Amino acid sequence: MAFDYDKYIRPGKLPHIWCPGCGHGIVMKGMIRAIDTLGLDKNNTAIVSGIGCASRLPGYMDFCTLHTAHGRAAAFATGVKMAKPEMNVILVGGDGDGTAIGGNHFIHACRRNIDMTYIIMNNNIYGMTGGQFSPCTPTGAKASTTPYGNPDPAFDVAKLAIGAGATFVARGTAYHATQIDKLIVEAIQHKGFSVVEILDDCPTTYGRRNKFKSVIEMMNRLKEIAVPIKAAEKMSAEQLEGKVITGVLYKEERPHYTGEYAKVIARAQK
Amino acid sequence: MAKKVAFLQGNEAAAQGALYAGCTFFGGYPITPSTEVAEVMSNELPKIGGKFIQMEDEIGAMASVIGASLTGAKVLTATSGPGLSLKQELIGYACIAETPCVIVNVMRGGPSTGMPTGPSQSDVMCAKWGTHGDHAAICLTPASVQELFEETVRAFNLAEKYRMPVMVMPDEIVAHMRERIVFPEPGELEVVNRTAPSVSPAEYKPYDTSFGDVPPLAAFGTEYRFHVTGLNKGQDGFPTTKAAWVQAEEERQIRKVDANLDDIVTFEEYELADADVAIVAFGSTSRSARFAVNEARKQGIKAGLFRIKTFWPFPDKQIAALAGKVKRIITPEMNLGMCTGEVKRCAEGKTEVVGIFRVDGEPINPGQILEKIKEVK
Repeated sequence: MAFDYDKYIRPGKLPHIWCPGCGHGIVMKGMIRAIDTLGLDKNNTAIVSGIGCASRLPGYMDFCTLHTAHGRAAAFATGVKMAKPEMNVILVGGDGDGTAIGGNHFIHACRRNIDMTYIIMNNNIYGMTGGQFSPCTPTGAKASTTPYGNPDPAFDVAKLAIGAGATFVARGTAYHATQIDKLIVEAIQHKGFSVVEILDDCPTTYGRRNKFKSVIEMMNRLKEIAVPIKAAEKMSAEQLEGKVITGVLYKEERPHYTGEYAKVIARAQK
Repeated sequence: MAKKVAFLQGNEAAAQGALYAGCTFFGGYPITPSTEVAEVMSNELPKIGGKFIQMEDEIGAMASVIGASLTGAKVLTATSGPGLSLKQELIGYACIAETPCVIVNVMRGGPSTGMPTGPSQSDVMCAKWGTHGDHAAICLTPASVQELFEETVRAFNLAEKYRMPVMVMPDEIVAHMRERIVFPEPGELEVVNRTAPSVSPAEYKPYDTSFGDVPPLAAFGTEYRFHVTGLNKGQDGFPTTKAAWVQAEEERQIRKVDANLDDIVTFEEYELADADVAIVAFGSTSRSARFAVNEARKQGIKAGLFRIKTFWPFPDKQIAALAGKVKRIITPEMNLGMCTGEVKRCAEGKTEVVGIFRVDGEPINPGQILEKIKEVK
């Protein structure tokens, strides 16, 4: 029997806003399968986002959903989690939302190691506003605000998360659809701040400016650049040039924030 | 039993007022001269199982309290001038998403970093016009430590009752002065709790106007699953661009306050019955004004004080009536004419309105006000 996605989708809220060829829908399906695998209680699960195409995801999902302001998802979510630590809190958003305007909230959520999962859909562009370059746009790429090529170096989202103190960091791609739910399952199960970066594509505002002839070509690129971490370990630096390592990149057990705050409460009440 | 009496700082009283009102969550960021509010909350909240978090910035602090409020908690943040500017983004979010929260903003000099330790009353316009777009505003301007406690309780009540952000704005003098405070007993001051939904989860809509202009708000983490957004939304909480809906919803959010002025607007009238000259003042400046009124009366001048306790919504009706009775209104304030402009608007030329403005970090003293009172023939 086919998987029943409808169980988790709010009636009447589809079709979604995403363009044909956008990877966000693939990520949403992966997220739904992960939630189903874990049997998360809809009433006890908040899905929080910022602003942008990816951040429209919570509206489709039949959970406690919070579509916040640009970049602020992690900070709103921190309030939800602190006030009700028993809730599962999942953040979703794009690369511009999360690493530019929301960069401060992102790194501090990592530092606190607050037990939430952040699914960041990295399509290398600000899609909703029409294709301006983001902190994840590759150097040299064309965007509506880099007509002569992007002079900025790009963030490595996973490295940023690890550096800031996230205790679970994984990366997948929209091409490797069946891996997405596995990574998200492991991320949600992890106690602490978990980051899952999913590389996907914006054919509408990135692809057409950067000489991709079709969505298929963009998808094939994701297939070609992705190297599973096990395989990468056996490869040389030259062989890894231009590649992106996927899978669980980092995992560490460390005290998580609401657990530590419970200890604060215990000390205060002594 | 004798009541509990203490010698308390204004900011400490604000924190104690929040606790009295049932606040269980504080999200903040350090900023002078409001930091003591955070310090007290960090000490007291864990004792009652509440939560304190120091966020990475002012915007994050505001975000955290809105998030916590959506789980059903009564929430507080505290800040000052530059922090208030930063928080405006999400104060607007709390307005449109109709999320109860209280912001204590201690007024220091500005704009920008200004005078971090100097008193000011120059954030009152920011309280109403700081965030973009049309929205209602409630802003309370207490004048004593006791009142800062009580008005913080009232701020929580108004926030919960009208589902919106409410600001408590002591000037730095009120926030940092120490005075005797008599703690109200539990139950002595009214404490309003959020109205819970009366319909089943399947029927629930977070902005259901069939319940009136202030629809009941459910909590995250219950069977009432709902959606919250900063976009213009319909009754179900989902984004809409339908012209009629957007217009009606925006008007309703303003009406929540405009239709309830008698419940919200508070003020004090002192020696006004036979007054020729009225002082309109708020916060610590009103204390100098009261002193000046007493001095003027001793000298045979019929002076009185209209003390604004609720700055927003502004006491339009009362100021208009006052303007029809007195020869002159004097408006001392620690800014360059913010309250004065409002008084002139309400007076509609019926009487002369004369301001006394100080932005040099010094309080307006009674002598300055008395001088202006004496100018009246």
